[in-house]
Amino acid sequence: MNILVVLVPCSLILGLGALAAFVWTLRHDQYEDLEGDAERILFDEDDATKS
Amino acid sequence: MSVTACPGCTAGGEVADRLAGDQTLPTHELWLPKIHCINCIRGVEDALARLPDIDAARVNLSRKRVAIRATPGADPTPWIDALAQAGYEAHEARTNAEHAGDRGLLLRLGIAGFAMMNVMLLSVAVWSGATDATRDFFHWIAAAIALPAAVFCAEPFFSSALGAMRARRFNMDVPISLAIILACGLSLYETATGGAHAYFDAALSLTFFLLAGRVLEARMRRAARSAAADLAALEPRRVLVLEDGDKIGRKIEDVAIGDRLWLAAGARVPVDGVLKSLQVRVDRSALTGESDPIEIDEGETLTAGDVVMTGPVTMEARAVGEASTLRRMIQLAALAEGARTKYTSLADRAAELYVPLVHGLALAAFLGWSFATGDLMHALTIAIATLIITCPCALGLAVPAVATVATGRLFRAGVLVKSETALERLAEVDTVVFDKTGTLTRSVLKPPNDLTGEQLSVLKALALASDHPLSRGLVRALDDVRPAALDDVREIPGEGVLARMGDTVARLGSGAWLGQAGGTAFQIGEDVFGMEQSEQLVPGAADTVARLQTLGFPVHLLTGDTETHAARINAMLGADAVHAAMRPEDKQAMIARLQDEGHKVLMVGDGLNDTLALTQAWASIAPGSALEASQNAADVVLLGGTLERMADALGIARKARRRILENFGLAACYNAIAIPLALAGLATPLLAALAMSTSSISVTLNALRSGSIK
Repeated sequence: MNILVVLVPCSLILGLGALAAFVWTLRHDQYEDLEGDAERILFDEDDATKS
Repeated sequence: MSVTACPGCTAGGEVADRLAGDQTLPTHELWLPKIHCINCIRGVEDALARLPDIDAARVNLSRKRVAIRATPGADPTPWIDALAQAGYEAHEARTNAEHAGDRGLLLRLGIAGFAMMNVMLLSVAVWSGATDATRDFFHWIAAAIALPAAVFCAEPFFSSALGAMRARRFNMDVPISLAIILACGLSLYETATGGAHAYFDAALSLTFFLLAGRVLEARMRRAARSAAADLAALEPRRVLVLEDGDKIGRKIEDVAIGDRLWLAAGARVPVDGVLKSLQVRVDRSALTGESDPIEIDEGETLTAGDVVMTGPVTMEARAVGEASTLRRMIQLAALAEGARTKYTSLADRAAELYVPLVHGLALAAFLGWSFATGDLMHALTIAIATLIITCPCALGLAVPAVATVATGRLFRAGVLVKSETALERLAEVDTVVFDKTGTLTRSVLKPPNDLTGEQLSVLKALALASDHPLSRGLVRALDDVRPAALDDVREIPGEGVLARMGDTVARLGSGAWLGQAGGTAFQIGEDVFGMEQSEQLVPGAADTVARLQTLGFPVHLLTGDTETHAARINAMLGADAVHAAMRPEDKQAMIARLQDEGHKVLMVGDGLNDTLALTQAWASIAPGSALEASQNAADVVLLGGTLERMADALGIARKARRRILENFGLAACYNAIAIPLALAGLATPLLAALAMSTSSISVTLNALRSGSIK
């Protein structure tokens, strides 16, 4: 059971990392235009740089 | 640094990159009502990127806006023109983005999700057999995560519940808050005493699911509301004031009594005043519903809301701001206590049934168990478990899940649902009342019958050159005619349009200008044709009325116009009842009478004379062409001025209501199973977690069922 002393903090730190990533995305306005971002994936990069 | 995650997405170009690289805020926002796809995003961003004075532009497709960074205070008109040339309708947005509220909810959602997943993992360990010190250890970690998370994330529910309790009402947030608080409290007690029943995961998943519902609903509603506000703001906010012979643009709010205003033909009178030009024809239909233009002589009164048909004219402001007719109408409408203020939303009605029932059962369980066993603590545990397991989750999600789906579908179809309970009220409607003038009909010029094809194409080309409402109507009437190529097209203010075609001169404008007695006329070479003005149905009006009647709604026609006009129009429409010569108060009284008879009335109207009726009715719809005051009074605004969507909106509202009731049914089914188990003392945290998630998921799936709302 001693393994818990390592594993529980490990899982918590990983979880906190994900939470920090979420807060970062939130602060960078990544949820402002979900529909538009879904469409923007379809941009062809070469095409766009030409135009 | 780029905002987007994958390289393909940065293709909005350097524009997007520049906007993201520099975190300064955009200075302007334009509203693009018609954009809908990837090509629109690209077209708009490319068109704007070519303009030298714009630093960066980024389209937000969800909100149909483009954020632009340029010199603060720059005039966006040239950009709007550039977009129009590229084929995109654009308007200056009135409302600015409010990020804060949504971000708070999203942050809470994220934290609730994080806490829920971690606590759930710990709970799984407990359910799979952790005992003694290990179980207590897991419970303590769970408590350390869950308690602060619950306090922070469930705060919106707590404050809403408190608000409702203060007003001595129950809303759905009361049982939700109670369940969260009790679940946390009981779990903490169990953890401290080394018990087995910790419900931390239930408290957090409840919070998470409900927050998800709220976030989605709030987003959808915000999109619809800001679009509605932008639409209403299309009315001109500026007028030209004559000062020492110069025309100076000024905000309507800044016009003072005694100011002389200059109005072009086709302009709407902004404030009450008297005419200072000789004679003018005025369309007063927005105020009275009368479709015939009236003649106003010098010194007579012009009322805010009138449209000047012949111009330009000068007028002197006599009543401005709060004293003007327009303002008085708006205030009356705001004061009128409409039926909708008495409406209790389905969710609140469900809460009023649910709260006493479940809380009564929990109390009964507590009393029963304490009498039977004499163990107060055990009885209390069972009572609280009952409250937790009866799952306000499905009930709390039942309405937002459906409302989000339905409002979203309608938004994409150009139907803006502004008020929260509008969909539910719309679904209950059983009678439809239409205003005639402006809503179903429009005053148009009839092209003369004896024109040749070539002459028609010249007429269309002339009509295209002017912004006068009659010209625009004429363009619509000549939809299938190709405009001729004309040289030297000029608009002479107050008279009409003039152009050359080779050696021939063509003119379209006021009769007096073309040597006719009055009205409007069209001249080509030596031939002059008088043009009759007549009232025509707007496209789709007859179809809409017919469709509503097939759906079983009696259709009433309500108008301030004369009996004869109303009868003539109704010959084309076929409404079930016609009420003519109605003043605004009559319209309101008429709707009140219908509602006293037990009908639930849907009012569709656009004029100032309809605002009272719109407020009085059970639900109300205004076309996008309506005046701002009418749009504000209505629950639903139709974008693009087409009526056809109306029947769809009613259909969607009815289906949405059915889905909501089904969801309540689903929630009741879960409770029918869960309550006996809980009362018998068999409730476990595992059971609670199962009930919570399966019911939430089934309710959401029911709302999303493909083709369910269409």
